[in-house]
Amino acid sequence: MKILTLTFLTCARKSCKPEPTSYPLHPTSAELEIIPVDFNPLFLRALLPRLDWPTLRILCEAFGLPGLQEEAPEEDALFLQPEEGGAMEDVEVQGEKGKEVVEDVEKKGEEETREASQLAKDLHHLLLETTMQEGKLVCGCCGHEYAVKEGIANFLLPAHLV
Amino acid sequence: MLPTPSTSHVSFDNVYEPSEDSFLLLDTLSSASEVEFLKTRFPKNEAVPVIAEVGVGSGVVLAFANAHATEIFGKPHVLTLAIDINRHACEATRQTVEKASTDLAGSQVSVGTFLGSIQADLGSAMRSGVVDVLIFNPPYVPSEESLADLRDVALSEPQFKASSSAKFERDSKLLALSYAGGADGMETTNILLSDLPRILNERRGVAYILLCAQNKPAAVMEYIKSWHANWNVEVVGHSGKTAGWEVLQVLRVWPDNLPHSK
Ligand SMILES: [Zn+2]
Repeated sequence: MKILTLTFLTCARKSCKPEPTSYPLHPTSAELEIIPVDFNPLFLRALLPRLDWPTLRILCEAFGLPGLQEEAPEEDALFLQPEEGGAMEDVEVQGEKGKEVVEDVEKKGEEETREASQLAKDLHHLLLETTMQEGKLVCGCCGHEYAVKEGIANFLLPAHLV
Repeated sequence: MLPTPSTSHVSFDNVYEPSEDSFLLLDTLSSASEVEFLKTRFPKNEAVPVIAEVGVGSGVVLAFANAHATEIFGKPHVLTLAIDINRHACEATRQTVEKASTDLAGSQVSVGTFLGSIQADLGSAMRSGVVDVLIFNPPYVPSEESLADLRDVALSEPQFKASSSAKFERDSKLLALSYAGGADGMETTNILLSDLPRILNERRGVAYILLCAQNKPAAVMEYIKSWHANWNVEVVGHSGKTAGWEVLQVLRVWPDNLPHSK
């Protein structure tokens, strides 16, 4: 299960759902594994608006991973900006920042001429390659522990808690 | 016709084997009208949609949506998530999705991004409003057995030293969870439906739900429309019209401009 997945999940108990403390579930005794994924900065760009940045920061800390910057990055931060003096290039890049730039659907990233930044590479590694294989996810509201085994989290509650 | 993902690695002793209902979902999702609908609802330049399938079984439908995201959604930028009460199905789906993606490697077509499989009761582990596309092929066959008893088997750990008859009984119950729907075959579907307005994104969300004739689809459609005037439901796929008792339909359920949405 990718780290990103945790930003879509919460405690399975109905009574916990309205409680802010039920999200995110807190990972403990986690074993992480890196599973390589093809790097695709255009996918990251499309993913950016879906990221719950404050929660990702909490998760990084809980996993003991390198901290994320405080503010969610802007799209431009995923790409290296053109060098000083490259005025022509600059204009071109500006033009491409419009909507047409996402004409990449059929191919992997050929339309984006800018090079990906280190931040893009770090985010790719964190969100898409880092997976939780073992451990527990703990609800901050009811304290229930959901086991993660071989990368699959088990959210089934015993019958009396459903 | 887009290729159907291979499920030859799956043991159908305890995981639902792709059947007419699964194939109807594949055909519906890749039909010209649904592709048109989905491309319009999820424009290229907007944020990545989350596609969750509840009750994935072998994973054939989710693997299809993930591998053919470019054809179905007009973009490969989608996230897919598998949910099943049966751990074997969670494991099987992970493989099915990966296999379907690697089968396309080198073909220049980008595939979706698989978030993983989680073992859960329907959408119970999902945060509110995070699902954009929900796919559900429910246990829809009317049945007598207690669904609570069947559920207990999904909670239990498999015993390595189990006798073959105990293993057979366990496997049978796990399989029953994938098709036995209780009264009218609707007990499980009704639970999912009652949680649907919470799970689905109020602006972009859309659900594809398969029903059989005994589920009284017309009544189900009326029920959905009774939630609010902005909830829509339409039959967008059907099969088995002449086959007798098992007539299948796929409903598309979606909210439009709910009053409190942007
Ligand atoms: Zn809880």
